[in-house]
Amino acid sequence: MRKNTGILLSILFLLFLFFPQQNAWAMHIMEGFLPLKWCLFWYALTLPFLVAGILSIQKAVKVDPGVKMLLGLAGAFAFVLSALKLPSVTGSCSHPTGVGLGAILFGPWAMSVLGCIVLLFQAVLLAHGGLTTLGANTFSMAVVGPLVAYVIYRLGERLALPRWLSVFLAAFLGDLLTYVTTSIQLALAFPASHGGVVAAMIKFMGIFAVTQVPLAISEGILTIIVFNFLVAHNRHELEQLRVLSRGV
Amino acid sequence: MRTGVKNLLLIFIVLVLAVFPLLMNKNAEFGGADEQAEKMIGELQPDYQPWFESVWEPPSGEIESLLFALQAALGAGFIGYFIGFYRGCRGNHVKRNQPGELLGERDTGV
Repeated sequence: MRKNTGILLSILFLLFLFFPQQNAWAMHIMEGFLPLKWCLFWYALTLPFLVAGILSIQKAVKVDPGVKMLLGLAGAFAFVLSALKLPSVTGSCSHPTGVGLGAILFGPWAMSVLGCIVLLFQAVLLAHGGLTTLGANTFSMAVVGPLVAYVIYRLGERLALPRWLSVFLAAFLGDLLTYVTTSIQLALAFPASHGGVVAAMIKFMGIFAVTQVPLAISEGILTIIVFNFLVAHNRHELEQLRVLSRGV
Repeated sequence: MRTGVKNLLLIFIVLVLAVFPLLMNKNAEFGGADEQAEKMIGELQPDYQPWFESVWEPPSGEIESLLFALQAALGAGFIGYFIGFYRGCRGNHVKRNQPGELLGERDTGV
């Protein structure tokens, strides 16, 4: 078993070594690079989640004011991680999203608001992402990502996985599927002339799935570190938010 | 394993993950992915013209890195504040392996 894993890892390593230097593009969709109708479509799809997010935050804060600090932490975490453009094995850079933590703490909707704020900051001040594509980018990073993270964490709890593993998988898959969503969005807007949407999607994904993997692993690990601190110091709030069941 | 040791180990793994690609692909550009995105779209639909420009672009790479640093600093600053605050609340004398104990008079942090 162990031997097989070793062989597999060596093969992967060699694959990476001889991986053609394709530059992946695991980042947000740039300003103006999504046709108007798609911009509007994603805006319309994202809006209800933003409303749900605002309501969900209000509810959480009402239950326990101490939760405000946690909310700030979730936002700050996403802020830091989005600012870190890390190098990846494909020879290009991308950044993690940091939304998994907030999704685990506050459920699937609250991060839509915080993620949108992060994206807005980057679109206005850094020309990274864009205002026209804000709807689409919010949908991938702040709706799909957190939703995946939340579902995975709860599933992990249900299956009685060790908590660190649930947290890791939630953050890891949330990050990865954010960018899978981005590639679907682009494939829908720019289908390939041969093979249409699916071919374009494979093109986008085949490249950057690889780019995002190490970053998603990093994000998972960083989320574990923060979460461990919270379990040690903020148990009361975590129980209030039903992240941890009482008296466990 | 103690929490501190565990965290150091985890941070070390993150560092390795970040440095490894640099050592592996010595000749790679490590550019941002945005330009490649444009290329890819150009391949798929050569006649597509972006219909909107960024409202404001950082005038230079230096300014851009300033803003990225600012973003990271703001976030990291708050995280540091948060950790310090709750460590202070709890007091370091409480054993880390008894996290369930709550203080009688908790400061809710508001």
